[in-house]
Formats: sequence, structure tokens, C-alpha cells
Amino acid sequence: MTKNNKQNMHVVIVGHVDHGKSTLIGRLLYDTDSLPDGKYEELQEICKRRGTDALEWSFVLDAFQAERDQAVTIDTTQIWFSTEARDYVIIDAPGHREFLKNMVSGAAQADAAILVVDATEGVREQTKRHAYLLSLLGIQQIGVVINKMDMVDHDPEVFATVSKEVTAYLGSIGITPSHITPISARHGDMISDRGEHMDWYEGKTLTEVFDSFEVASSPTAQPLRFPVQDVYRYDEKRIIVGRIETGILRVGDKILFSPVNEAATVVSIESWPEDPSIVEASAGQSIGITLDERIFVERGHIGSHEQNAPMLSNVFQANIFWLSKKALKVGHSYKVRYGTHEAMVVVQSIDRVIDTDDLAQSENADEVARNAVAEVTLRSRDLLPLDPYADNQRMGRIVLYDGYDIAGGGAVNMEGYADQRRSAKPKSENIYKVDHLLNEGVRAARQGHHGGVFWFTGLSGSGKSTLAMAVEKALFEKGLYTYVLDGDNVRHGLNSDLGFSPEDRAENIRRIGHVAALMADAGVIVIAAFISPYQADRARARSQP
Amino acid sequence: MHSYLDELEAQTIYIIREAYNRLHPLGMMWSIGKDSTALLWMVRKAFFGRVPFPVALLDTEQELPEVYAFRDRLIKEWDLECINWMCPPEEDMDKTLPPNTRAAMRKTEGLKGLMAEYKFKGIIAGIRRDEQGLRAKERVFSPRLEDGAWDFKDQPPEFWDQYKTEFPEGCHLRVHPILQWTEVDIWRYHQREGIPYCDLYLAREDKETGKMMRYRSLGEKNITFPVESTASTLDEIVAELETTSVSERAGRTMDRETEDSFEKLRARGYM
Repeated sequence: MTKNNKQNMHVVIVGHVDHGKSTLIGRLLYDTDSLPDGKYEELQEICKRRGTDALEWSFVLDAFQAERDQAVTIDTTQIWFSTEARDYVIIDAPGHREFLKNMVSGAAQADAAILVVDATEGVREQTKRHAYLLSLLGIQQIGVVINKMDMVDHDPEVFATVSKEVTAYLGSIGITPSHITPISARHGDMISDRGEHMDWYEGKTLTEVFDSFEVASSPTAQPLRFPVQDVYRYDEKRIIVGRIETGILRVGDKILFSPVNEAATVVSIESWPEDPSIVEASAGQSIGITLDERIFVERGHIGSHEQNAPMLSNVFQANIFWLSKKALKVGHSYKVRYGTHEAMVVVQSIDRVIDTDDLAQSENADEVARNAVAEVTLRSRDLLPLDPYADNQRMGRIVLYDGYDIAGGGAVNMEGYADQRRSAKPKSENIYKVDHLLNEGVRAARQGHHGGVFWFTGLSGSGKSTLAMAVEKALFEKGLYTYVLDGDNVRHGLNSDLGFSPEDRAENIRRIGHVAALMADAGVIVIAAFISPYQADRARARSQP
Repeated sequence: MHSYLDELEAQTIYIIREAYNRLHPLGMMWSIGKDSTALLWMVRKAFFGRVPFPVALLDTEQELPEVYAFRDRLIKEWDLECINWMCPPEEDMDKTLPPNTRAAMRKTEGLKGLMAEYKFKGIIAGIRRDEQGLRAKERVFSPRLEDGAWDFKDQPPEFWDQYKTEFPEGCHLRVHPILQWTEVDIWRYHQREGIPYCDLYLAREDKETGKMMRYRSLGEKNITFPVESTASTLDEIVAELETTSVSERAGRTMDRETEDSFEKLRARGYM
């Protein structure tokens, strides 16, 4: 095996505008002998024609006329180079703030990142923003270069000061840089050669830093996730195709499809040219399988083993970055996609907007503007099969569409939300909703008031029941129809089968919410007094018909 | 996963299946070269031996005879529904363009005609990012405006294998399943899978000069030329590419006419 028989490693280069990213890349190509024949001469020629004496290494990258004229990189581009050890694809991300979407497009596919910081300027707004996005995109290997050391007389003290500043910010967002390297991209010091000016530095050169990055291994050790991409019918066979995102799938495995909760056993893993010896497939593979039963399976369903299935929920929180010119707003609907699953979600709340510059958090924002980062709560009509990002990086990242366009992305957070799989599916079939002949208005007219629900929640012992009983008495004395649904009382009867696990608590609240809604519909003022620890459950109680 | 070629292949098959699920009607450009033929092979893998959409060749009647012979052989052996689309003549092209760029422009116009006739919502193309600086900026699902133009300054974001697959009436999407592959990846894949290829890629002696020459890239005979090479087997091609610094499109004359002729071509709809 030669070094080339390996996947190219993708490294994204980020940093504040004019901190020298393009120059660094141009120099890196030259120093590693990766420029195509004639490119160096072409570069000299262009620089001469444009009246610049010094070589502008950044011209190497600029495939577009428009870019050269504006002297900024418009879109993410990819450049190939190799060291002795292996081949690399460099993703050049533009520094201009309004080009964030291109940086995300580039950086999302990277194995590692280099953050370029100007020794004369130190950490700037985009330095912080880019670093924050790298952490949000899940890129864990980050090398820092302190560039333009020639402009500060190669002073080790400047290097130490800037390094400290960078490390402090990265530390505050949970990043530990793998290396910090002083370089002068323009003159080629510490890129591939050590140069003569920085003998005080004993660490790795930039190409050595590249070679120390590791390629991420396929997530085969995690629970199986097989999002269905399509179903083909060929020669009497029904082939379910998709890519295994995590885990391993074997012939004979029983596969549970979410959110429909249908399971069947894998009969074969199909391939072309045919190869019946294939009995196992793992993360990253695009496969087709056949099942022993004709269960309902379609695009978007997520296959897993029966143990370790994804959670089902109609509400979740996400840490998102927003790319669209149209701000994200509470109450607006967006399409969410992860794997091949897609659903409409409504923004229930914007819980926190984070300023990536100073990490200040504002809790009362009513919109998330372009280029901002935020925590939001999203709600869907149907149950979604969800994996928190912390458990499964491949499945726990979502993309949000506004109309036709990709508007943002982020990571799913399920903390505080219960799995609703238990209550996912009505157990009885042939149920039809019957309309009443009396409407709400008629009942209200007879009673002199509308029905409704007051929901008292709070910690155990905080006085919910006492207060509820007092309110009930006061209302009753005024001649209103009222009734208290109390936690302990209900647990003696209706919910005597439930314990206190998160799932049972969720079911407890679901049932009470429904009873309260029915009573309110009948015209009663219901006072519900329950410990309802989960935001999702309270929200669901609110949304009962 | 087994090797990096398996990973590239799985990614390509995923993209092909996404396009087939999301875009109707779907077609594929087949130039009969090494890239689009390897891609066609992966289409067959994605659909278990089938090619469930038409493949189109933009014909200028300027391909080398070996290319046409290879086309006819594969149509038969692989049971392809092939649209052989005749491009408009060179006289009709923009006269301000440099001559070879003008010749290449015929394909751009041919493609517009093909799209107008078949109304494809998605068209799969076997371009790669490492071919040329402009292609390096491409998206996997790349929208084209009604006139086929590419707005490279305002491309949609694309990450985590989620693509923009819906768009207003009149636009279409170019789908690029092998964007991530490099030239040497393609040849290693040919080698591993035993995919048929046109033997113009192999070096042979030029009768006039006595030099060993081969085509790195196959284009029309009036604007594409062989380059010097001794690689006369797939193994030798792979070995050559591991060390060469001659660019793949060195034999394509139009690329070098002006700094921006390729950009002009692509912005107007060239592959």
C-alpha cells in the first residue's frame, strides 16, 4: 500500500478576513511541491501584470476573475496537496461575515481545522465566530497558527501573548487546540521548512501538524441507525435502500422502523454484481435489504434494533446556527431534515440567543437573525424519531429549510424530554371521532361561563393541592362549575398502573391533560395540580383539543 | 468500512439514489469518458444492475471514432436508453469567444436544447472538483436558472449530506455524485472493478513523431490532444498519476485561451 491508498484528509482553514488564509494555502502548495507545472510562472506573470512586486500567494487559489478583482474569496473552494505522509484536501473558507453559509458548507465535511490568527491583531470577531462554528459543527481537531510573525520581528513574547488570548477564548467554548504554531506564510517560515527566524520555537511545523491529525473512524460501535432512502420493487423483490449512518446490520437481525413501530427480520443484503456471501453491512455503506414480512416502510423511516431505538418525541431543543436572510421567528414553520427523515416543525420558543463575539446570552429574543447562534425549542405535529447529538453525531444533527432553501442547521438536545414511544400508537383501531350536536357556545350560555383548565405546577410540597382546593371552593361559592384534578387522587385510580420513571411521568401527564380537556369541553372549569417536570409534557397538556 | 474507495463509492451511490428519489424526470450526461462511465457503473450498483433513466450524449460529430465505437458497445452490453443529442453548428456560436472556447460552446447550447426537449428536473453529471478551479467550487446539488446559468456567487449552503432538492418552476438541478473523487481515484476504481473504458486513454506510439502518447481527457478531436506518456496499462496510469504534475486538462486547448474562458463557459451553462 502506498500512502495514496487512503482517503484524502479534509482540512478546513478558517480565520478573520485578511489574517492570511489564502496566502498560507498558496505557500503551503508551493512548499510541498503541490503546484501544477507552470502555475508558479503563471503566478509571477499575473503579479507582474497587476503591478504587485511581491508574490501574492493568494492568487494561486483564485480561480475566478471576480475574486481577484475584489481580492476576497467568494465561495468555498477545495485544493489538493500532499506531504510525504499523505494526501490532503484543503477547504478554503471565506472570511467575510456574509459568506458564512459557504464556510459552513466547506467546514461541515472537514476532519480537522486550522485557525489562522494575525500576530499583529490577535483574536478578532471572525476568529471567535469561526471557532464557535467549528465546535458547533463537531470538528474536534483544531490547530492554531499565529501568522505574520515577520511583522512583529518574530518576537516570542508576542507569540506567547497572542497564544494565551486564543487559548483563553477556545477554552471558554470547550476547544483545546492540538498545536499552536508561529508562522510567516509570506516568507515560508514554519510552514514546511523551519526557516531561520524562529529558533526559539521547538514545536511542530505546520505540515507536521497536518500529519499529526487523525482520520475519524466510521461509527460502527454505536447503535444501528438505518434511515430508509427509498423502496425499489425489482423482480418480485421489495428492496429497502439507504445508508447505514451508525452501527452494524446483519442478515437475521430484527429491524424496528420508527416512528411507525413496525419490525421485521432482514432476509438478505442485496448487491450488484450479486454476492450472496454478504451477510453484514456497517456504518457508511449504502445498501439494500429485503425483509421477511411486508410491513409498512417508506422513505424517512429509521431502522434500528429493538433495543437502543431512537427516542420518539414531538418536541425537542436544538442548538442552531441560522444562515437565511429571513430571521427565524417564534410561531413560524420550517421543514426539518436529518438523515432522510423530514417533518414540519414550529418554533415554540427561542430559549437563548448567543453572541459568538462575547458569548453573551440573551434570553428574551423573539427572533434569530442571519449568522446568529441560538437554542430553540421545536415542535412537530407527529412524533419524530430523534437521537440527541451527544449520543449520535450523525443522526443528532438537523438541517432546517425555509421554503425551498436551507436556512440553518444544528444539534438536537433531548435533555429533559421523555421518550414518548409508549404512547406513540393508538392500541385500538377502527376509532372514529364523533361530532357533538351541542357546541361550546350553547353550553356556555346555559352555565353562564366557558369551560377551561387552570394548570398548577410546582415542586412537591410547594402547596399546589392546598391552593387548588381553595380556588375550587371560591369558584364554587360564586356559582361556577368547577373541579380539581389532583395528582395523588388520580394516581389512586386512573393512573394506578404508572410509576415515577420519566416515561411514566410523561404518560401520567398525558392522561390527565386529556381528561382535563374533556371536562373543560363539557363546560367545567378544571383545576389541575400536578408535578409536571418536563417542559414537553406541560406543552403537550396545553395543546390538548 | 473497508477502503477509501468503498467510502467514495457509498457516498456516490447515496447521492444517485437521492437524485432518483427527489427529481423527476431525471437524466444523466454520459460523455463516454472514464469519469461518466465509472459513474454509470455506480448507477448500476445503486439500482442493482439497472439504469432507470436515460443517458444523454451531446454529440458534435467531433468525437474520435474510437469513442463512438465504445459508445455503441456499451449501449448494447448495458442495455442503455441513450439520447444522442446533436449540438447546433459552430457558426451559430457567439463570435466574440476565442475559437476553441467557441467550439466548446456548442455543447453548452446543445445541453440547453436537450433540457428544453426532455424537461429534466435533474441531470446527473460526472464532474470532479479536482479537474479545474471552478469546478472545485461546485455543490453536489447545484441549481441552474431557467437559461441554464450558474450563479456561482450565491450558491445554496450544503452540508451534512442534506441537499437543496426543491426549487421554483423553470429551474433545474445539476447533480454531481463524483465531485469528491480525484482523477487517480477514478482510475483505481476502474482497476478494481474492471469497468470497460475507451483504449485511447492508453499510451501508444504516434506514427509521425514516434513518441508514446495518450489521452488524459477525452474531448472533441478538434480541441483535445494526447499528451506524452508511456502509461499503456491501468497500473501504469495509476503510477503515472501518483507522481505527475501535468494537469489533467493540459490537452484541452480552450482552458488556456484566456484566464477566464472556462469561467465564461460554465457561467453560461457548460458542464
